[in-house]
Amino acid sequence: MTEYYESYTTVFALLAAGILLVAVAFTASRLVRPDRSYGGKLSTYECGIDPVGQGWSQTHIRYYLFAFLFVIFDVETLFIFPWAVVLGEAGELQPFMLGVMLVFLFFVTLTLPYEYKKGVLKWA
Amino acid sequence: MESILTFDSLLFTVVVKVLVIVAFFLVAALVVGYLEHKVMGHMQDRTGPMEAGLGPVKHGVGQLVADGAKFIQKEDIIPRSADRWVFAIAPGVALVPTLMILVVIPFGPGVWAENLDLGLFFALAASGVTVIGVLMAGWASANKFSLMGAIRDAAQLIAYELPLVLAGAAVALQAGTLSLVEIVERQNELVLFDTIPVWYGVPQVIGFGLFFVAAMAELNRPPFDMPIADSEIIAGHMTEYTGLRYAFFMLSEYAGMVVLSALAVVLFLGGWYPWPGADLPDGAWGAVIGTVTTIAKTVILAMVMTWARATFPRLREDQLQRMAWTILIPLALAQIVVIAIVIVVLP
Repeated sequence: MTEYYESYTTVFALLAAGILLVAVAFTASRLVRPDRSYGGKLSTYECGIDPVGQGWSQTHIRYYLFAFLFVIFDVETLFIFPWAVVLGEAGELQPFMLGVMLVFLFFVTLTLPYEYKKGVLKWA
Repeated sequence: MESILTFDSLLFTVVVKVLVIVAFFLVAALVVGYLEHKVMGHMQDRTGPMEAGLGPVKHGVGQLVADGAKFIQKEDIIPRSADRWVFAIAPGVALVPTLMILVVIPFGPGVWAENLDLGLFFALAASGVTVIGVLMAGWASANKFSLMGAIRDAAQLIAYELPLVLAGAAVALQAGTLSLVEIVERQNELVLFDTIPVWYGVPQVIGFGLFFVAAMAELNRPPFDMPIADSEIIAGHMTEYTGLRYAFFMLSEYAGMVVLSALAVVLFLGGWYPWPGADLPDGAWGAVIGTVTTIAKTVILAMVMTWARATFPRLREDQLQRMAWTILIPLALAQIVVIAIVIVVLP
């Protein structure tokens, strides 16, 4: 158990080191870089023309649909992992485990042809 | 087997491990960046960087060091309408997860930082976090090009994360473990038809292809660089970035090439074993040979990524999405089913 916590100590130490690395680099840059900002330099880049409207705008609904699809399939993938790790050593339970997963995959994957037919997967 | 970086004192162990990982991360990213400059140059019938050198060695080996020294002195421009704080920390959020993956990747027998029980899962999860940095950058820039680029990037990551993770799950299925170290060791024991020793890349050749393509898409490497397509949306989420913050996005791309190539080597190409069924000597020699082998394979894969960049034209946004959802994901699911059936039917 101690070993378990020790291995995650490195993970969190590395996270801290990464944040430190970024902070040190930005601070070093702040010390040596010039700062001569003025009007035009700070305006939003829109190919040299004055910006029209604002940048925070609405985007197409299709991104929302794909996000939904992703949630479904990603959760499905999460279910596969624990099953995948134990299947090889499940002994006589193997056929049962395989059957259950096949049924599950069948119903989740059934959505793909349906979405295809509905035209969700076409980027139109 | 314990990591060779284990010492009596926990504090010392952790400090050494973290320093080694950070040093490797920076050096590897620079080396792969230089490699890309040179390989791309020669593929396009030019020489690439030639002047900047490190000491007597020229041929542009110091090009990326010089670039870094230049980037750090560049003025840091944050647009007036941008969300300052989010804009400022976004490059860091994109970079740090890539660094985190290195903690689980084994480079040789004993040459790893930590052998986590869920190493594969950790690596795949951390690789997905980078997109949050990209979304932060795109949204905080308050620029239409940036927002378009960021949202394309999120859609692309969503679509290609699934084949990547499913290909990883197929490896976990065959190995029966999520620990990357054990995956390498069991991979070396795999023998097809009781005669031919092979790596997982052979029975799972489809998975390897899916993993590699999805890795390129996750890193926005051409031909999957729609989110930063210069002819349409300038530079996507990086449009408003300058100086060091811009450099950090580039650094996370190159480091991502190293990390995901190394992950592909560990999962499909036998990790630290030079050939299938190889037997490495114990102790220091084994560690050295193993590390050299892993790094050599990783560099080869990173070079294939560069090769793809020089070869293929950029996909269109709709083609990109359709390819993932109608080809790659069904293929990945089918592969898992086939491998599961083989595992159950063949003892």
